[in-house]
Amino acid sequence: MRQRLVLGLVIALALLYPLVASPYYATHMLRFFAYAIVVLGLNLLFGYTGLLSFGHSLFLAVGAYTAAVLTSQLGIRSMEVVLLAAALASAAVAVPVGALCVRYVRIYFAMLTLAFAMLFYSFLLKFYHLTGGDEGMRVVRPALLFVDFDGVPKTTFLSHHYYYYSAAVLLVLAVVMWRVVGSPFGLCLRAIRDNPEKAAALAVSVTRYRWAAFVVSAVYAGIGGALLAPTTGQVDPGLAYWTHSGNLVFMTLLGGFTHFVGPVVGAFVFIHLQDQVMSLLPYWRLVFGAILAAVVIFVPGGLMSLCSIRPRALRGRAPRTAA
Amino acid sequence: MRKLYGDFCALNGVSLAVRAGEFVSIIGPNGAGKTTLINVLTGHLPPTAGSIRFNGRDIAGIGPVRLARLGLARSFQLVSIFPALTALEVVEVAVVSRLRRGRRWFASLARDREVERGAVEILELFRLADRRATPARNLAQGDKKLLDVASTFALHPELILLDEPTSGVSTRDKTGIMEILVAAAKRVGIKAIVQVEHDMDIVFGYSDRIVALQEGRVLADAAPAVIRADEAVVAAVVGRPPAVRGD
Repeated sequence: MRQRLVLGLVIALALLYPLVASPYYATHMLRFFAYAIVVLGLNLLFGYTGLLSFGHSLFLAVGAYTAAVLTSQLGIRSMEVVLLAAALASAAVAVPVGALCVRYVRIYFAMLTLAFAMLFYSFLLKFYHLTGGDEGMRVVRPALLFVDFDGVPKTTFLSHHYYYYSAAVLLVLAVVMWRVVGSPFGLCLRAIRDNPEKAAALAVSVTRYRWAAFVVSAVYAGIGGALLAPTTGQVDPGLAYWTHSGNLVFMTLLGGFTHFVGPVVGAFVFIHLQDQVMSLLPYWRLVFGAILAAVVIFVPGGLMSLCSIRPRALRGRAPRTAA
Repeated sequence: MRKLYGDFCALNGVSLAVRAGEFVSIIGPNGAGKTTLINVLTGHLPPTAGSIRFNGRDIAGIGPVRLARLGLARSFQLVSIFPALTALEVVEVAVVSRLRRGRRWFASLARDREVERGAVEILELFRLADRRATPARNLAQGDKKLLDVASTFALHPELILLDEPTSGVSTRDKTGIMEILVAAAKRVGIKAIVQVEHDMDIVFGYSDRIVALQEGRVLADAAPAVIRADEAVVAAVVGRPPAVRGD
């Protein structure tokens, strides 16, 4: 009950935010909405299935470039079509990449995923006729729910119309992910995370489930990437660079990978902290490195472990990633 | 069948048959090849020569997942559970697997009455129902062992292979566990049980047939009374020198 109150309060605050905050901060939330979707997907793979991917920037970039190609090259400006296309493109990439990667675990899995992200980065950089190379590609302002907002000034569009749209997409995808982790499929993933050999002995096809989780998490990353693209109006190969994957992992660890909302909290803190620290110091990466080290050493469960809120599902069974 | 690891012959012409209704115990000193035999029987390793058949089907090296689907399940010597899941959830994994509901990615597990009922039923048979919400890692060692076996039973297999079901359990509790196991097997409809066991009281108390292994060969394969009378087998397995007459 208390948990629902908190959730309701958060949603209410988020809805009111553009009316009280400056457009600068409202636009910041756009990045948060996009990254929250990406890390929700990443944590399905990490917190729930036990596979740490350092290559999710690959799918984020696929989604972002899908948005760029559709809006600026193909003249397709419907955001719904863009999101769907980003989801399909990410899935199309994830199916073969995942099929290979899930045959490996732990460090090998992490390195393979990192390698694929860097492969895509190189592709984006080299094939400049197709991708614009290091100059990247433009993203034209999309139409939301088939309504063209071209008359609206850019900051207003981003801080109001696009803000509510992104928030709604995050909410829908968060609800879907909540259902996924609370499903029999989610249970099998957690079993695989805890003890793959035992899971196999209980007739759970470990590789196949890991693959499914990989594809779902990739789709989330792709949708997040597509949602992110219009906020800057530009996509570049750096989106696929492995350190961008590192940021996603950082967000997940910072917030706490054993809680459903942990990564979302991590994304929120990371994005706002990054902005603050960057404006104060040129060496913001040093600060973030120190923060990461501190989290790993002192608060390995992430920020959520500092809260006493323990999520409980219906009938008193905890749908958390770990007890 | 035979199983070689390079030059080392772990199983040298072992032949074994288990029929419905039997409780077979496999005994033997360490290094006799029991673990290899289990791994070959449960599809983890293919035999170097010979064949393994279950219900007429060749199961050599098919792997644990497919084997479990065919009705042959196995529990582990070292306790093997899902530490972060609750006791109920551990058993629910098996029930979900049995009912083929692992594909349901959008349905609520919490609201699946059939899965819950199937899991609670098993937990009750194993006297763990009152601890259903306890994370598996927090259970007492003996309860973890029971949970491990319980989840295997929840698959409703035709044949279950128990790898040292009472290992790590205090002597006082061993009989209790065996009673629970045998009763649960009847309730669930398991047709045959094969166990690897070291405790001779348990072995002689529950088996219909005992297979004694030594150095990769079958030393004896007979009813407990016959084995007990065979001094050579007793000496090889238990390590007692045969009693000298007249002393």
